[in-house]
Order: sequence, then C-alpha cells, then structure tokens
Amino acid sequence: MSDRIYTVGELTREIKDLLDGQPALQQVYVRGELSNYKVYPSGHHYFTLKDEEATLKAVMFRREASRLHFRPESGMKAIALGRITVYPRDGAYQLYVSELVPDGVGDLQLAYEQLKEKLRAEGLFDSAHKKPLPAYPERIAIVTSSAGAAVRDIIRVASKRWPLAKLILLPVRVQGAEAPAEIVSAIRYANRWSVADLIITGRGGGSIEDLWAFNDERVARAIYESELPVISAVGHEPDVTIADFVADLRAATPSNAAELAVPDWEEQRELLLSWRARMASALRTRLETSRHRLTKLRERRVLTEPGAYFADRRIALDHLGALLLSACQARLAKDRAALGARASALDAMSPLKVLARGYAIAEKEDGTILRRAAGAVPGERLKLSLADGRVNVRVEGE
Amino acid sequence: MTVAEKKAGFEQSMARLEEIVKLLERGDAPLEDAMKLFEEGTKLAEACDALLNEAEKKVVALSKGPDGAPVERDFDDGE
Repeated sequence: MSDRIYTVGELTREIKDLLDGQPALQQVYVRGELSNYKVYPSGHHYFTLKDEEATLKAVMFRREASRLHFRPESGMKAIALGRITVYPRDGAYQLYVSELVPDGVGDLQLAYEQLKEKLRAEGLFDSAHKKPLPAYPERIAIVTSSAGAAVRDIIRVASKRWPLAKLILLPVRVQGAEAPAEIVSAIRYANRWSVADLIITGRGGGSIEDLWAFNDERVARAIYESELPVISAVGHEPDVTIADFVADLRAATPSNAAELAVPDWEEQRELLLSWRARMASALRTRLETSRHRLTKLRERRVLTEPGAYFADRRIALDHLGALLLSACQARLAKDRAALGARASALDAMSPLKVLARGYAIAEKEDGTILRRAAGAVPGERLKLSLADGRVNVRVEGE
Repeated sequence: MTVAEKKAGFEQSMARLEEIVKLLERGDAPLEDAMKLFEEGTKLAEACDALLNEAEKKVVALSKGPDGAPVERDFDDGE
C-alpha cells in the first residue's frame, strides 16, 4: 500500500491508462438491452447497455451513428462493438461504440440466407418459372396494408400512369406474427376468385424485422404458386427479400411496382398517333406505287398501238390455221390408206370368190348347208349355188 | 359492346393495329387490300383512342363476403 496521495485527476488518469492499456478492451463486443437512448442535436447518440446484472454507459458519435442500418430504441436488444475508456469529467468508464446491430439479426440473417439457399435449390427462383406480365392490366390486386405509404404510392402512380386499370386492395397486415399468413391467404384468395390479372404485394421501408414477413417461406411459396403474375415491392431499393427473388418481377419500391405494372397513358397515346401517321404514309406510298404502275402499263404497245397488237395476233392466227389444215389433211390421208387395206382383206374373204373358182354350195330343203357326204339322204332334194346362179338337184346315192 | 368487352379488346386492338402498320409499310398488299387495312386500322385507332379517353380512376378494397365471394367497397386513399 502506497501512502501517495493522488489528486482525483491523477487517479482518474491512472485508471484511464490502465483500461486503455488493455488490448481486450479496445475492441470489444457487448450484448445488452438499450435503455435511456437519446440522440442529441449534435448527432451523437447516448445510451446505456444493460442486463440483469449491470449497466454500461455508451456513446456513439455522429460519424458512426450515420452508418446505422436501423433506428435504435430503448428496450431493443443490441450488440455493440467499441472500446472501453474513461471519461474523466464524469469519473465513469464508458463504451465508445463504433458499430451497433440489433441482437438477433444475426440469427435472422442466417435464417434468411438458409431459406434463400433452400428455395433456390428447389428452383423457386428459376427464371423459367417467371410469368409474363399482362401488357395492359385491367385489374390489379394490391396485397398490402391499407394504412401504409405503400398503398398510397401504388394508387397514386398507377392511376396517374394508367387510369384504365381498376385497383383492388386486399388489405393485410405487413408486419408482425400474423402478417405472413394474411399475405398468403390474400394471394391465394386473389387467385381463387380471379379478382385481378396481376398482383402487387409489398410494403414500405423499415427495419429488417419490419420487412420480415416478406422473408417468410409461406409467403415465398404462395407467390411461387400464384397463377396470377406477382410483382414484389418491398421497402427501398437496397432491401431485397425472399419475396423479391421468387416474384415474377421485383420492383425496387411500391411506386416502382406501379410503374412496372401498367403502361404509360401518354406513351400509348403517342404510340397510337405515330401508328396512324405511319399507316397514312404507308398508304400514300402504296397509292403512288399503283399510280406509277398504271403509268407504266399505259406506256405499253398494246395500249399505245392497239393496231400493232392485233396485227401480231392476226399473224399468229393465220399460222395456227395453216397448222390445223395440214394436220387435218395428214389425218385424212392416213385414214384413207387404212380403209383401202381393210377393203381388200374383206374382198379376199368373199364366198363369191370361192364359187368363181368352180366350187358349189349345197343347201338342204330346210335351208341348212350340206357340209358332209354322210349328211346327204338318197332321194333328197338339194339346191346348188354356183357362181352365176342356182340349180335344183336330187341325191341318188352315196 | 360493354365496357369490359371494349377493354378486353384494347390489347388485341393494339396488337392488330401494330400488325396493320407493319403490313402497310411492307407495301406488297394489293391496293384494294391496302385500302381495307387502312380503313380497319383507322377504326381500331379511333376505338383505342376512345378507350384511352374513357379512363377513370377506380380504387376498391376487397373483403370476403358471407359466402366467401369477394365484396367490393370504395377505397378512399385520401387523394
């Protein structure tokens, strides 16, 4: 025991040096509940970390506080990274916080990554499964809270861009334990009753816990199973939820979802105008083409010199007539030769020619021709035909 | 034609109109066909234009009716 008497400042400095010299305390994680959380106009955050046994004063300067990903509040569980030092004026040690994250987010983040990997492996994010969006949706189902900014943003943007679409809100809670089941049931209901040709589901920005319903496996599967195409619209640009991966189209924000869902009225009107102009000019061109062809036709010989046209045709006709005549003559000669040949063949076969050579034909009384000697009966009368006439004879014997 | 039918026709009308523009611009249709296409296209464009001008903002909230079927009521988004 030393009998040196310190001033308060000296002792405090001694303690401060002692603590500052501990490497373990220069980069330390502390888990605890935030309490008495205050943001000063300077931008510095002052609060206490506590648990059942102790409290620890903490400060987070403006520069570090500006990098926070969430809004810390008293009562929240958090993990702080910082260094322990002494603040001599208050005679108190405190934690100078460089990073602060909500406690449990580590677990959430892990669950998120695990679910993402599982669903990716199952093919829920496959682009082959993504459904095309209708070009001109007539009815758009909006599955979100009826109270948030999201629904107002979607209605404002969609009805300004494309007032032809009917917007159908299916109000659900978008945060809290009931939210996933409500979102799932609204998506299924919209499908079952075909209330729309497109679904937008989402919510405005918030902490990772606020957006958590859209990282729920049931919600992801309901979106995947939806027959109606789904646009997800969760939070702000950097927030990417599981719903975003599985949706047919991911919008960065609810307003963006409305932009993606409907065409722009002005653009469509201009498109119509330009099409009308193009049709008119195409028809004009077409008419000019026809007029040009007509002019070309008029210039042809048949129209300019019809006499020449007929002269040509007359020559062709004469030529054809001559061809026809000679073809007829050739055919006639051929037929005549064939007839002569047949007539002489016929002549050679004539019975008169046989009789002329001295033969006779014997005819019985019943008019039949006697062909064999055996057919003749003695006493029978026969008629003999000779070349120049007939004689009647009687059979006397064999 | 009911409003629903007309709206259902908007997409088809726009598609047909685009097709007509392309056919006319190709310029190989007989003149008579081209005239008919132009007439059809002009009618479609007028119908689409009329639909665009009929537009009226309509927002409803849906709830499940006693038989489960959806029941619509007007939704006031505060605008």
